[in-house]
Amino acid sequence: MAIDKSIIGQTGKPFTVPIEWSKVREFARAIRDPNPVYFDPALAKKECGGIPVPPTFLQVAAFWMGEDSMPTAKFDIRRILHGEQDFEFLKPIFVGDVLTGTSRIADVYEKEGGRGGKMTFMVTEIEYKNQKGETVAFARGTLVETGQAVSS
Amino acid sequence: MASKIKYDAVKVGDETPTVTIENVARPDFVRYAGASGDFVPLHYDQTFVEAAGIPTVFAQGMWTAGCLSRCLTDYAGAGQVRRFKVRFARQVWPGDTLTCRGKVTGKTEKHGERLIEGEVEVVNQKGEATVKGTFAVAAG
Repeated sequence: MAIDKSIIGQTGKPFTVPIEWSKVREFARAIRDPNPVYFDPALAKKECGGIPVPPTFLQVAAFWMGEDSMPTAKFDIRRILHGEQDFEFLKPIFVGDVLTGTSRIADVYEKEGGRGGKMTFMVTEIEYKNQKGETVAFARGTLVETGQAVSS
Repeated sequence: MASKIKYDAVKVGDETPTVTIENVARPDFVRYAGASGDFVPLHYDQTFVEAAGIPTVFAQGMWTAGCLSRCLTDYAGAGQVRRFKVRFARQVWPGDTLTCRGKVTGKTEKHGERLIEGEVEVVNQKGEATVKGTFAVAAG
């Protein structure tokens, strides 16, 4: 499939992400993290000023976006790999915050790969603002469509 | 909100705490799917992956990255991570045992905050890197 660079810059509809304790706890358990700050609100308040979120927690938000919030290339799901993920945090994020995310296609490009044949890359950047309108984080993800299914 | 590490005491080459993930299992992927909302079937649907020519289900890259992030939150404290960038090098399979580790490569200042920078990686029981990354955490 020919690469479609015209999608670069496409921006999705802003989506809302309430930061909820239940999801934060569930996420911490899922990554086998026993850190008590995710499970004990009083301790978290004392040590962190609130219940913090694990560094990769914003990935949860990304999977709850509606389709109109998520501009994307037309990739074959059987050949998709998550190539890179980059989180940048500018302000603290706590349980109780309500974030607004806006997703943008930052880049699309092709590369000749090794095992997987020709590969197409899509870089998506999501900017998250909190309820005060402050930018708290950027999440940049690179999805790769391989030429064929890859099994290492 | 204080970082657990002191800028002046940190030296290039210092290691973060190591996190070992014993016996990765399919329920880890299912639990992560539920927690994260990542229902890409490559991670739990055996029929689907076989049809795609892949021998079995494998971990969500972000599950492994989440395990790796513990090196940073154990090191500097939850809420102290300023940058965490990961690249997925190789799949993680059921039965793998993972070692997550990191080391300091530099010290810097940004937006009036003192930061410790470094590299992190997850290696499997064969010593192969599955995730590699870089980080910045705040220091006191």
